[in-house]
Amino acid sequence: MLANLINGISLGSVYAIIALGYTMVYGIAKMLNFAHGDVIMVGGYIAFCSIMYLGWPPALAVIAAMVVCTVLGIVIERLAYKPLRNATSLAVLITAIGVSYFLQNVALLIWSANTKVFPNIFEKLPGIPLGDTTIAPVNVITVLANIVIMIVLTLFTTKTKMGKAMRAVSEDKGAATLMGINVNRTISLTFAIGSGLAAIAGVLLCTAYPTLMPTTGAMPGIKAFTAAVFGGIGSIPGAMLGGILLGVIEIFGKAYISTQLSDAIVFAVLIIVLLVKPTGLLGHKVHEKV
Amino acid sequence: MKKKAVSAVLAAVLSMSMMAGCTDATATGNTGSTGTQDGPAATEAPAADAGSADAGSADAGTADMTAAGGSLTGTLKLGMIGPLTGGAAIYGNAVKNGEQIAVDEINAISSDFQIEYNPQDDEHDAEKSVNAYHNLQDWGVQVIAGTVTTTPCVAVSAEANADRIFMLTPSASSPTVTEGKDNMFQLCFSDPNQGSASAQYISDNKMASKVAVIYNNSDAYSTGIYQTFNTKASELGLEIVSTTTFTDDTANDFSVQLADAKDNGAELVFLPIYYQPASLILQQAKGMGYEPTFFGVDGMDGILTMEGFDASLAEGVILLTPFSADAADDLTKNFVATYNTNYGETPNQFAADGYDCPYAIYRALQFYADKNGGLDVTGKGADELCEILISVFTDPAFSSDGVTGNGMVWTANGEVNKAPKAMVIENGVYVGL
Repeated sequence: MLANLINGISLGSVYAIIALGYTMVYGIAKMLNFAHGDVIMVGGYIAFCSIMYLGWPPALAVIAAMVVCTVLGIVIERLAYKPLRNATSLAVLITAIGVSYFLQNVALLIWSANTKVFPNIFEKLPGIPLGDTTIAPVNVITVLANIVIMIVLTLFTTKTKMGKAMRAVSEDKGAATLMGINVNRTISLTFAIGSGLAAIAGVLLCTAYPTLMPTTGAMPGIKAFTAAVFGGIGSIPGAMLGGILLGVIEIFGKAYISTQLSDAIVFAVLIIVLLVKPTGLLGHKVHEKV
Repeated sequence: MKKKAVSAVLAAVLSMSMMAGCTDATATGNTGSTGTQDGPAATEAPAADAGSADAGSADAGTADMTAAGGSLTGTLKLGMIGPLTGGAAIYGNAVKNGEQIAVDEINAISSDFQIEYNPQDDEHDAEKSVNAYHNLQDWGVQVIAGTVTTTPCVAVSAEANADRIFMLTPSASSPTVTEGKDNMFQLCFSDPNQGSASAQYISDNKMASKVAVIYNNSDAYSTGIYQTFNTKASELGLEIVSTTTFTDDTANDFSVQLADAKDNGAELVFLPIYYQPASLILQQAKGMGYEPTFFGVDGMDGILTMEGFDASLAEGVILLTPFSADAADDLTKNFVATYNTNYGETPNQFAADGYDCPYAIYRALQFYADKNGGLDVTGKGADELCEILISVFTDPAFSSDGVTGNGMVWTANGEVNKAPKAMVIENGVYVGL
């Protein structure tokens, strides 16, 4: 029971960090960045190469992954999404899916389809004994990282000028422009932060579940998107709550109901939540202007 | 007359070399490029099961029998179809290289019987495979040692069934390949057969009384093996205490499945899955301090070649696989050495299956020749050879040895029965059990 709860929270924390990326981009740019999961995969590969080929220490590898992913996020935004700023949301959505496949296939070319095993970067840390089970260090660090990231992001969006600009853009793009906010730069910044977070998520995901393939980011990406919708898309605490709940429901569904039905249970819960509360658990109701 | 004398001498020399336990080159007389090797049967004969007094010339035992039985002569046009380019090229080329080695060795045994070998590319595409098949027909193909991959094989075998051309696939393992086609035989295990073979092995060797299974229920390969394992296990009285599943989409977290196996006291966990999820299971089992015996099938092969994989995790893992390049028997060693010399790499499972194919066909023809006072294959119709080969392959007295198993016999529906080799991983390498 306890072991399942810990596993669920840990899995959920990974979903939550990924979900933050979805939710921030959606909140500000009002688009679903389906390539987010693949940025995670790139982050995982960069960290893998830094550690295995260049012999860098894990901390440096994480920074390298964040730098590469941040740049990648900005480049994707500039090349693929910015020209479509005034296009229909459907066009942007299709472009995002295209970018996702593009990244997967480039990864296939560079790193080949052979599965790589991610090194355990927290090997030296001891596990924490709790009752008759041990909590793996990666689980503790994932949960801690999740909490720290959420606090920092909340502070950033409420206290700093850039953060306030982001919230302004998310509320009303036109009015924000009139107030002298550079909307394009704000959106780029959002992509940069989201992609940097994706790199951290990639490293944590690959440390917890150490197989690395070009499709590694795809399924966690979709689950995290679900988590973001579950918690209320656009809401930062919502992403965290949604992610953790999703992880716990998934593990408990597997443990106590059926391993065959675990995904069906997760998505059934999502449907029920959306029926009762269409904006998600912590989502705000947006009044459409007529 | 002269031919008979030659074959009598050859057979005598062969049987002498066999008794001497010698694998020296000169026994075969001819000096082909691969003359440094005996055919599989010659080296394997002492190990072959004593009951099968059959299986072609080389292990026929006495010189008299071969001479009296009649000899196999002529030139056989052997076709092969497989992906030689494209995404699945690694499989097609491995099969082609393996078959080529076998063909060279058979051609070196006697100048009386020669094989003309013609490999065709299908790019792992059913339509192109049928085109390749028509090319082979234009060339006058008599027997096909292919195709390599399942989907094209289903398409080509339907045509070959109507045209009455005998096919022996080295590697298309799905049961749909052979279903309803009496001319289609498999050299590799059909997927589900691995399940019953595993249950049999676990039971025979009393490896465990309580068994857990974790399988991928979104994958036909994994589910097929699980079902036959389950059936066979209940037949043999193996107790399956935990059965849990995952899908391709949930192949990350196995803590629940492993906890279930552990709580139910499973001493052995059967993993009829591919090596990627298996590597996660091993890692997570270690993380929770659970140390049962892990038992895999051929999908597990490859776990040691994953980049960055900590081989100590796989220590003690047992897998049933028809072929391992590290096996220590002479036949495998010779094959691996030749393959390395000719192609500069270590042969995989597909190359080994390919290697055994021409030998099985050769031995079947030899078997027929022995029984019926000789067989000249030159210009024989493909349909005539098809009926001959079907009758031999379904003859319970016929068996063939190879690098993927000793004493292979075939059922009427085209599936092979052979003893799989059990391998255990020790210090990061496969060791035969």
